Amino acid sequence: MDEIFGIPAPLLFGQLLLGLINGAFYALLSLGLAVIFGMLNVINFTHGAQFMMGAFVAWMLLHYLGIGYWWALLLAPLIVGFTGVVIEKTMISRLYKLDHLYGLLLTFGVGLIIEGLFRNQYGSSGMPYRIPPELQGAWDLGFMFMPVYRGWVVIVAIVMCLATWLVIEKTKLGSYLRAATENPALVQAFGINVPRMMTLTYGAGVALAAFAGVLAAPIYSVNPQMGANLIIIVFAVVVIGGMGSILGSVVTGFGLGVIEGFTRVFYPEASATVIFVVMAIVLLLRPAGLFGRA
Amino acid sequence: MAGPGFSGGDFKHEEQVFLGFTRTQLIAFGLMVALVVISPFFLYPVFLMKVLCFALFACAFNLLIGYVGLLSFGHAAYFGMGGYLAGHAAKEWGLPPEIAILIGGATGAILGLVIGAIAIRRQGIYFAMITLAFAQMVYFFCLQAPFTGGEDGIQSIPRGMLFGVFNLNSDMTMYWLTAGVFLIGFLLVHRIVHSPFGMVLKSIRENEPRATSLGYRTDDYKLMAFVLSAALSGVAGGTKSIVFGIATLTDVFWTMSGEVVLMSLVGGLGTIFGPVMGAVVIITMQNYLAEFGAWVTVIQGVIFVLCVLAFRRGIVGEIGNWLKVRL
Repeated sequence: MDEIFGIPAPLLFGQLLLGLINGAFYALLSLGLAVIFGMLNVINFTHGAQFMMGAFVAWMLLHYLGIGYWWALLLAPLIVGFTGVVIEKTMISRLYKLDHLYGLLLTFGVGLIIEGLFRNQYGSSGMPYRIPPELQGAWDLGFMFMPVYRGWVVIVAIVMCLATWLVIEKTKLGSYLRAATENPALVQAFGINVPRMMTLTYGAGVALAAFAGVLAAPIYSVNPQMGANLIIIVFAVVVIGGMGSILGSVVTGFGLGVIEGFTRVFYPEASATVIFVVMAIVLLLRPAGLFGRA
Repeated sequence: MAGPGFSGGDFKHEEQVFLGFTRTQLIAFGLMVALVVISPFFLYPVFLMKVLCFALFACAFNLLIGYVGLLSFGHAAYFGMGGYLAGHAAKEWGLPPEIAILIGGATGAILGLVIGAIAIRRQGIYFAMITLAFAQMVYFFCLQAPFTGGEDGIQSIPRGMLFGVFNLNSDMTMYWLTAGVFLIGFLLVHRIVHSPFGMVLKSIRENEPRATSLGYRTDDYKLMAFVLSAALSGVAGGTKSIVFGIATLTDVFWTMSGEVVLMSLVGGLGTIFGPVMGAVVIITMQNYLAEFGAWVTVIQGVIFVLCVLAFRRGIVGEIGNWLKVRL
């Protein structure tokens, strides 16, 4: 059990774990994108910047106020989600009657502003953020050592995805949301405040991105560019999965993370591009995406 | 796919008097040519050449968004790859500059054919995301491929002798070549838009199902437009690397794709002169703000937001709307 396919087992499992962690972030971010797109018909290009803001707010809370990881996990999504509400109210809500592409262009611009401001203030180099003491160390699983924090990230991400799915599919609020996605005019006629629902949906999607950012802070260094490159990969994930189903985007996110991890073991040169290759193949075979509706 | 703002408004009908130009457009075109000819005697030619390369790039991009309604968010791939291949051809293969620039165009065309054939399977927002993702794939390829020189890029690309006669090491000679390439590219885009082929493209923008029902294979038309746009972007990138003697990762990065979108948006989507105006404005701004570092990014973001919220016609579009003519 030391070697699998001629690859040392610890290396293989190590990369698999890394793949699962990347997959957790792909899943959380593509989930937020799908929720926002379903309701607002806007692809939120600011998502990467909001992920980065989540990590930065966690860092600032610790650095300036001495507030630790656990409170940051709650406060950062609320703070960043609130900025999202402001962005929706003041800007995005003016574009609903226009071509959807304007929403993409607007959120791209907002992302540039946020990233530029953070780069001015904090430079391009990363800030370290320590793993909280409760989650330090590693478990010995017999075949490999598993850092506790990494296991935590994967588990929390899965729980968060399931919770989002439950809220949307099983609660009354979720049923309003799904109805408003199908036919906003009719839902409004029943006396439900659809514009406010859109604002809150955007805020929630943004909060989800910020939550992922806090989770990422101890793993990656906190820096202004951390979201920009990630979001392009998440776009590819969204194209592969299709934005039709919540569980679909979660499964696709984790699956692609694992595929990327394996590629890093067997053919490292392709690890940066493998997701885009998968996207090309999916587009050729199933243009609507794996879980999408044509 | 078209929405409010992408297509025209209330315009006087004007006869096309020459090469598909209306009288107003012909005056504007004459003015532009005059500026291209006069300005190198007053302004720094290297700066002007940068403007012209980006103006051509923006015109090529605008062919897709303005006349077919396809927003490509990955045009840096064709621009940057065209630059790399042209630079490689001039430096390593010792080919003359005119051939190197054509190789840049061919690179853009081939890459555009491959990516376009897959990307046009989806529309609207998905199309934008797919082109962006493929451009990022091209970026990673350039980061690793040996011939691009990784982080260093391809440096000291020789300008060489045009047609074996004109020495391009003189900035003025180089300027006339760049100006020539730009004007040919500009007229080509204009010709494409006003050809029967261009009419079909516009009908796809306005109502694709109806164009299909009239018997047009819309996918073929979209792909052809995509390849033409990518080829011209490659020409622009190739010219740029010959002018500056350098081809780097900056030109294939997603920020470059964003910049060309911004130029077209500022100048006016779907106007003939808009992308040129946008390139002048954005490159001038970058030139003056270069010392402020990341503030350039912030200001570009602010311009994006302002254009989308309040200024969707762009500079040339607003002028045209005010004069009630198409520009």
